Amino acid sequence: MKTARFSFLLGLSLLLMALLVPQPIQAQTIQDILQEHEEIIAKGSRRTIQPAIDALRDSGLPEAQRVMELWQDKALWQRKDDKQFFLTEPLEGRTLQLIDLISGQPVGTAEKSDLKQIKPNSGVRGLIGAALVQFQLMDPHPLTRRDSLIAIQRDPKPTHLPALRGAIEGETDPDLKALKERLERLLTITYGETDAERIIAIESFAGDLGVDARAALNPILTTTRVAVTEASDVNIARQLTPGQNDFTADDAYALLIAENLAYPAISNDEKRLALVANVVDGQVAGFAVETLNTYEARDQAYSALAAEGLVPADVTRAAQQKALQRHEFYDVYNEPSQAVTDAARGTLQAIETRVGLNQTADLALDGLSLASIYFLAAIGLAITFGVMGVINMAHGEFIMMGAYTGYVVQLFIPDYTLSIIAALPLAFAITFAAGVAMERTVIRWLYHRPLETLLATFGISIALQQLAKNIFGTQARPLTAPGWLDGAWVINDVVSISYIRIAIFVLALIFFALLLFILKRTRLGLEVRAVTQNPKMAASMGINTDKINMLTFGLGSGIAGIAGVAIGLFAQVTANLGSGYIVQSFMTVVVGGVGNIWGTLAGATMIGSLQKIIEFFNPSNTLAAQTYMVIFIIIFIQFRPRGIIALRGRAAGD
Amino acid sequence: MQRSFIARNPSVLIFLGILAVFTLGATILSEGFGIGLISTSMIKTLGKTLCLCLIAIAMDLVWGYCGILSLGHFAFFGLGGYMIGMWLMYARTENIILTSLAQAPIPPTDDEIRSAIGNQIFGVVGGSDFPLIWAFADSLTIQLVLVVLVPGLLALVFGWLAFRSRVTGVYLSILTQAMTLALSLYLFQNDSGLRGNNGLSGLQNIPGAKGVPQSVISIWFLWASAIALALGYILAAWMMSGKFGSVIRGIRDDEARVRFLGYSVETYKLVIFTVTAIIAAIAGALYYPQAGIINPAEIAPIASIYLAVWVAIGGRGRIYGAVIGAALVSLLSTWFTGGQAPSIPLGFYTIHWVDWWQVLLGVTFVLVTLFAPQGIGGAIDRLVRKGTQL
Amino acid sequence: MRTLLEVSGVSVSFDGFKAINNLSFQIAEGELRAVIGPNGAGKTTFMDIVTGKTRPDEGYVIWGERSVNLLKMSEAQIAQAGIGRKFQRPTVFEDQSVFDNLIMSLKNDRGPLGVLLYRRSARDNERVQELAEEIGLTDHLHRKAGELSHGQKQWLEIGMLLAQEPRLLLVDEPAAGMTLAEREHTTNLLKQAAKTRAVVVVEHDMEFVRRLDCKVTVLHEGSVLAEGSLDHVTQNQDVIDVYLGR
Repeated sequence: MKTARFSFLLGLSLLLMALLVPQPIQAQTIQDILQEHEEIIAKGSRRTIQPAIDALRDSGLPEAQRVMELWQDKALWQRKDDKQFFLTEPLEGRTLQLIDLISGQPVGTAEKSDLKQIKPNSGVRGLIGAALVQFQLMDPHPLTRRDSLIAIQRDPKPTHLPALRGAIEGETDPDLKALKERLERLLTITYGETDAERIIAIESFAGDLGVDARAALNPILTTTRVAVTEASDVNIARQLTPGQNDFTADDAYALLIAENLAYPAISNDEKRLALVANVVDGQVAGFAVETLNTYEARDQAYSALAAEGLVPADVTRAAQQKALQRHEFYDVYNEPSQAVTDAARGTLQAIETRVGLNQTADLALDGLSLASIYFLAAIGLAITFGVMGVINMAHGEFIMMGAYTGYVVQLFIPDYTLSIIAALPLAFAITFAAGVAMERTVIRWLYHRPLETLLATFGISIALQQLAKNIFGTQARPLTAPGWLDGAWVINDVVSISYIRIAIFVLALIFFALLLFILKRTRLGLEVRAVTQNPKMAASMGINTDKINMLTFGLGSGIAGIAGVAIGLFAQVTANLGSGYIVQSFMTVVVGGVGNIWGTLAGATMIGSLQKIIEFFNPSNTLAAQTYMVIFIIIFIQFRPRGIIALRGRAAGD
Repeated sequence: MQRSFIARNPSVLIFLGILAVFTLGATILSEGFGIGLISTSMIKTLGKTLCLCLIAIAMDLVWGYCGILSLGHFAFFGLGGYMIGMWLMYARTENIILTSLAQAPIPPTDDEIRSAIGNQIFGVVGGSDFPLIWAFADSLTIQLVLVVLVPGLLALVFGWLAFRSRVTGVYLSILTQAMTLALSLYLFQNDSGLRGNNGLSGLQNIPGAKGVPQSVISIWFLWASAIALALGYILAAWMMSGKFGSVIRGIRDDEARVRFLGYSVETYKLVIFTVTAIIAAIAGALYYPQAGIINPAEIAPIASIYLAVWVAIGGRGRIYGAVIGAALVSLLSTWFTGGQAPSIPLGFYTIHWVDWWQVLLGVTFVLVTLFAPQGIGGAIDRLVRKGTQL
Repeated sequence: MRTLLEVSGVSVSFDGFKAINNLSFQIAEGELRAVIGPNGAGKTTFMDIVTGKTRPDEGYVIWGERSVNLLKMSEAQIAQAGIGRKFQRPTVFEDQSVFDNLIMSLKNDRGPLGVLLYRRSARDNERVQELAEEIGLTDHLHRKAGELSHGQKQWLEIGMLLAQEPRLLLVDEPAAGMTLAEREHTTNLLKQAAKTRAVVVVEHDMEFVRRLDCKVTVLHEGSVLAEGSLDHVTQNQDVIDVYLGR
């Protein structure tokens, strides 16, 4: 303790000493520098001003930044007789108080007519601003430096590039230095002076996953569609032939019209209006109105009108075709240098390849997380279905009960972390009890009548859903995740996964392990497996099948409750919460294979990843994804009617 | 030994009698043709109920007699409704468009008419082009054929896939539920070509019956539904009372035995699945013009499960049981959820049936499954047996 | 006598367990044969293979004078080709009358349309009466099959098989759970049936097999252990080892 405090004091005093050491005395004052460049400052021309700005920027004087800011803000005044620079404050009349640039003290007064205000034009102000950026980039405070970097990143300008370059060398913070160097390369891509340096910068981003890199590269490859009579000296992306590759003849002609290279054809609508305007005594140019109910007839009538000079002549298809033949059509890069566009294309391709790989990884993570949700939702069902052959349509409502338990617990325990910890076992207990109650009162009378179990549990399901609506109302209730579950684990700009999903994944793993342990390593598991495989034999060996059935059903329902809490964390808690998962859960069980935890795992993984893959190819339409999903499952069952992991042989029954 | 059809099916005559009395009575009491004691909306409800009875017969054949708990027959019902709805909507929109374009100074071209109709119909889903499936929407005859053909083909293909791979029992139920879910999700999409979740609407306006009031149209549909139900009942009774019915019930009770007797169980299942799908589709085609609107929510799996509930409460394996169940439960449901049922004040809490009907239905259903698996029909059978013994 | 059914080199395994191992077996037209063997010898699986319920991993099953490959046919097609099967437990349609059970089994068109439009002929009525007499259920024709006693159900099932007019009858433990008198009746039924067709009886009960008085095949671990008269096979050392030894 003592030595620690001592060394702390030592460090403090060393720091103080460092601060108190006097700065080396400068040979030049700020006024000297200004005087040196007095002429060009007073002139204020964008073309000649740079030496003055450079001198100020490189002076190393502490007040240089402030003076430049004042200069930019048109606050500098010059005394006409000795050319000295001052700040001013208005006194009465036309008299101004002069203030020293360095000390900030009043140093006398002057008449306004004896002074000249320095008013830099916008060009000069821009140059000063760029120099000021460099001050910010070299600010002693790292946070300021970072902020200014972020500001540049958001809204880069060509002037930032030299400032940034000047600010790299003196950077001491390695993180910030890396950031500056990266930003410098990004700016060079867009604003670099020579193609060579731009190409080097472009190629340095090959395989970089940053969104900023793609954002800087993509604009280089933007194209403009042009129609020309002959190709001139432009950077051509590709030549277009009307009528090929999505470039229809109509598109081509529209382009000609847009570039004033052709007259627009008269549309069917315009023709109709023209005809309507020229109806005379039930006739248009000699054609009876009643006959004008085909486009051909209208074309004839319109041509007749045009021949009379009443309407502009139509451009015929043949004429359009000729116009198209006279022109060539190109997509032209906005970037004139072909070397640069080639480099950008190559680099982007390299990036896309890596992005593709990483997207696959991201997709895998997404699929895994969805799979763990399905696993949690389905495993309880798999247990009851597998062990007892009972289809529990109310399983979804047990999930809903779990979610509402979480909500009610949060009403009493305001701390989100504690409330979740309390809700998990409570949800298990409540749904366990509900499951046992249901097994005792309904299901055990219906063993060997699976279809009727399905219907009876469905009756329970609709009753429970309506009860939940009556108790909690129809609007969604929140179940808030604790703060430490907010946010996401970001691996790079492409791959990331939210903490809630990780937590659910972990929860699923825990339950998978726990169930495996219970079924494979405990007495209960042994008895459960015995009842699964041969209930009669199990009963004759002294196993209380009644009790086993009850416990199994309770266990399956209890896990549904836990799944409910987990699902409630990211979904809205409503009375219909469970019914949204019930079909998916059945699919998971059926696809995976009945009576096997590994099967459920396989089923959940398959359905989860498949859904994500389909969504990836058709991201705008999750409904379609689910449709294809179900169709796929129907077809899958054709080939593996008993699921991925199936019991085979006589044990599987008929 | 050889007895007549009626002798083997005494319920047919009784049923036809009751149905005739009911339909005539409703007509006499209606606003359109009678003394106006029953409102037009009530006539529509009764007509719809007859359609629900028809699909319940289909469900009874496939589940009560053949043992296939299909949770997909409401999908066929809905598809039938969509097929007829396409024509109703197209023809009516065409009428409107033609009327409004008749005012135009020069007559419209076919193309203009078509795109105006397209705009009118598909504007809500941001389109104006006719999807391919509307190719025959202008022809009532073809759409009527499609009412039978589309659900029939879907049932045939799905059934062939499912039965061929020997999917049975609860697996099959889940699979049919998945099919229903897939179909309804597909229809929910805006680019499904059937107006997404807007569905088809305005179906109560029958093209060509301009100026005929709804009170009259509702009676037409009541009679159409009654005739369809009568025919469906006779068809079902005829099919199930002979050797075909023996085989079908045999499949329900012992599939393997039927197979080893040399009957191709898969073919029989496919036949009964497809035939009942077609009956369901016809019921749907009669139902939705009375309902006025069809949307994908109607097809959701839950509807098919309710269908099973009706049949179970009415009594499986009896055609009249299915009819009783569907009529009773759907009418009660209308009554309870329509707010007409009186609330029960308990002092500390008032039971509003709008909120509690579902709970009551669910609990009733559990109780019926547990204590009266034969349903209402079973009770009637016992009464009849007692009556004949006395 | 011509060979009616020839099973040769058939093997099938479930999860690595060989239920049938290179089994070869022949039966001639009009032959009565008993198949015996301890539990797990593959008797039921053998029937499953012949009737198409189980597909073997290898081997072939040839049927009739036209040498049809049964492995390519469905259960229903095999049944229509003339193989009837009786299950261990009586399986009749309990919800339907004895009469309907028999009508359904009569050899007629099995297609859905034919069945739908089926009208009972006088000949069919006669056949049903004959069969009912044969199985002793004439008085019970209009009772529900579910109301019959265990033995009566067994006979009804045999009657249903006979109604199919099969050329080969596979019977799985017909005597299980029967009283002595019922057994006698059953034996007579089977012997009667064997006069016009081939019958294979799988049985545990030696007494019953002795009464059948026919050639016996002993199955063990999925293949044929011995074949011959009952006296012959019971003196075979391998058979004695299997049944008594171990």
